[in-house]
Amino acid sequence: MKKSICIYFQVHQPDRLRLYRFFDIGRESWYYDDFANRTILQRVAERCYLPANRIILELIKKHKGAFRLTYSISGVVLEQFEKYTPQVIESFKELAKTGCVEFLAETYAHSLSSLVCEEEFRRQVKMHSEKIEELFGKKPAIFRNTELIYSDKIGSLVADMGFKGMLTEGAKHILGWKSPNYLYTNSLNPRLKLLLKNFQLSDDIAFRFSDRSWENWPLTADKYITWLSRSLEREEIVNLFMDYETFGEHQQESTGIFKFLEHLPGAILSQTNFEFLTVSEACKKHQPVAPLHVPYAISWADEERDTSAWLGNELQNEAFGKLYEVREQVAESGDPDLAADFLKLQESDHFYYMCTKFFSDGAVHKYFNPYDTPYEAFINYMNVLSDFLVRVQKRSLATMVKSGTEIAVKKGSKKLKGR
Amino acid sequence: MKVLMFGWEFPPHISGGLGTACYGLTKGLSNSGVEVLFVMPSASGDEDQRAVKIINASEVEISQRVTDVRSFLENVQFLRVGTNMVPYLTPEEFTEMVEKSKKGQVKEYKNFLGQKFKFSGKYGSNLMEEVSRYAMVAAEIASQYEFDIIHAHDWLTYMAGVAAKKLTGKPLVVHMHATEFDRSGENINTLVYDLEKRGMREADMVIAVSNLTRNIVINKYGIHPSKVVTVHNAVDFDGFEQVEIDNRIDEKIVTFLGRITYQKGPEYFIEAAAKVLKRYPNVRFVMAGSGDLLNRSIRRVAKLGIATKFHFTGFLRGEDVKRMFAFSDVYVMPSVSEPFGISPLEAMRSNVPTIISKQSGVAEVLHHAIKVDFWDIDALADAIYGLLAYPALGQMVTKHGLDEVNALRWDTAALQIKDIYAQLTKNQLL
Repeated sequence: MKKSICIYFQVHQPDRLRLYRFFDIGRESWYYDDFANRTILQRVAERCYLPANRIILELIKKHKGAFRLTYSISGVVLEQFEKYTPQVIESFKELAKTGCVEFLAETYAHSLSSLVCEEEFRRQVKMHSEKIEELFGKKPAIFRNTELIYSDKIGSLVADMGFKGMLTEGAKHILGWKSPNYLYTNSLNPRLKLLLKNFQLSDDIAFRFSDRSWENWPLTADKYITWLSRSLEREEIVNLFMDYETFGEHQQESTGIFKFLEHLPGAILSQTNFEFLTVSEACKKHQPVAPLHVPYAISWADEERDTSAWLGNELQNEAFGKLYEVREQVAESGDPDLAADFLKLQESDHFYYMCTKFFSDGAVHKYFNPYDTPYEAFINYMNVLSDFLVRVQKRSLATMVKSGTEIAVKKGSKKLKGR
Repeated sequence: MKVLMFGWEFPPHISGGLGTACYGLTKGLSNSGVEVLFVMPSASGDEDQRAVKIINASEVEISQRVTDVRSFLENVQFLRVGTNMVPYLTPEEFTEMVEKSKKGQVKEYKNFLGQKFKFSGKYGSNLMEEVSRYAMVAAEIASQYEFDIIHAHDWLTYMAGVAAKKLTGKPLVVHMHATEFDRSGENINTLVYDLEKRGMREADMVIAVSNLTRNIVINKYGIHPSKVVTVHNAVDFDGFEQVEIDNRIDEKIVTFLGRITYQKGPEYFIEAAAKVLKRYPNVRFVMAGSGDLLNRSIRRVAKLGIATKFHFTGFLRGEDVKRMFAFSDVYVMPSVSEPFGISPLEAMRSNVPTIISKQSGVAEVLHHAIKVDFWDIDALADAIYGLLAYPALGQMVTKHGLDEVNALRWDTAALQIKDIYAQLTKNQLL
């Protein structure tokens, strides 16, 4: 049997908040830095999404269906594409038409809802699946959670929602001596298959590709496939999971990353015993070897591979807690503006900016962060949130009064009938 | 390793941060095995001499040898002009000082030889005269003691350092705790500027207390960057006791504590206070200290109509400072230019969340303080509001801030300085 290689790319951009001072609270309820969001999206589209999609499309055509891969695109970035760069959506649709590309389900707002609120989590996953089906014509069958966050509980919830498989990190502290290069299952519900990221081989491309102090620089497709075939002796499947922005944005075009991308599939197909599969196909082809026990949530971030980058300090917990306190009120209000803001305020990125670990845990955090310090990020977010809470409060008072009148009217009409 | 160090003051008799810094540094140096001879203009005898040997310049006789370097000393003579240049003084202190110096004018410095000079060691109207006399005595001291290196703190002692270097040929390190631009903005006293510049040019190495100060030294004094190194100050909390306050009022208190002068940026604090008060009524602002902008500040507060929520305490000292910290919920240091800035560290040590301007040296070493540009009143107001309205922020800043402050040790700074000494003395042997 041929060995499998699954490539999955994550596509996401946050809705960055504007500089929102406390004197705006209760007065001005537009929260987003439209200029930054638009210019960043256009830049990344031009440097990464469009050229990379072009290359992928050519590769698919060239290898006549032998090159297959998987994407996950967050709902909030899809909205941004629709608003600022609809051509990106078109180019993804073209990829979808080839039949060689699979799209995954995730939470609509790239949120951390799986950690706190089942109801919100289900709602967002459903929203996202519908959006993907609407755009790309196929309902997702495999799930990937925000930042590959996973635990036994989340896994069983995902299985319950009808997904066949889920992606997560091949975290060392979970695997121990076990290899990430097999299929595993959820420990509570064995029907959910787990694909684990091979972080060594993934990060060689995503983080180290252009690092000139790395002893293996420069990385070529030939060098890479020798590692690939050597690292799998008896194992069956290698999962290369990374941000799509690796191509052209994190690793700029001048590093040769696009050339690498162009050459890699051909080299793998001609020189090794691997075949490319989408994640669904891999789940069908391979048998899981064992259940994987993950009592506490893991993710693909930082050295710790846990959720501490988003919910690791008092600031993050405070902001996160305050936001989710009003979930029911927002849902009950039925106000579309509130619902839209509630989604955007849930994006994991806002909490990432408040991470105090980056004082020690270096460059990656800094690169993605529009704020100088986590304290500024917190103050700004809390100012926005304060205004949002004021609006929710006002709105829910209004609905209370309204439903109160409705009840009164109904009661009144009954009385009338009674007479 | 033995260092001859020229300072201006030493605890317990201090009027500013310089004495405290010298004390911490000499203690750190002696911990790392460097012997320090500390020369000061006027010692009282009750200085803490565990770590250093104090030489009182007032008790040194000028001998024949010094007159050999007279040609040099003549260069310094221009300083012996009476001037009323008075840094670090409140109006009240100034009058007091003038009165004193009128009465106690020392007569005995007409003749150099066989004379002792009497120094007040204070920042007074005769400062320039004292600076130049101190230089002469320094030369004498340098010829009497054995040492490997000379270290001079702030411009008052630079001429002393230079004199000692000329006489002995030992390498000279000058230490910039503050520049004339920090004290006076752009309207500098050119006499002081010249002295600073001269001291730094003659020096073999210049130590700046922050990168901010280092940049000023390079850009405004034209000193070559390779000669200027940053060694951040530290803070010594031995014997620091926190004051407990029981009868706290419900309202929050936001505090400014420092001299009310251009350098400290009091007006930005007032403007930000007015903005915060519009949206967050349950708070009082306190401006503790005095200085030449005090009256203007009071007028501005009255004009903004916030005087019922904004209070002036006048100059605080000792226990009162600690009590003020104990009462505070937020401490603000909006300095326009602050070479280092110890007071935020004291606030953090007292568990008070702190906002500092990015234009302060201490901002370079602190992570767990909120930093704003001094001129950005909106950002400052936002930071104050954030600390008042979102308690998680204050808790977080306080907790981590305490660890951070406790980690700023003079021993670390002293090790860096010891390395500089070692490098300079080695260069000299080659």
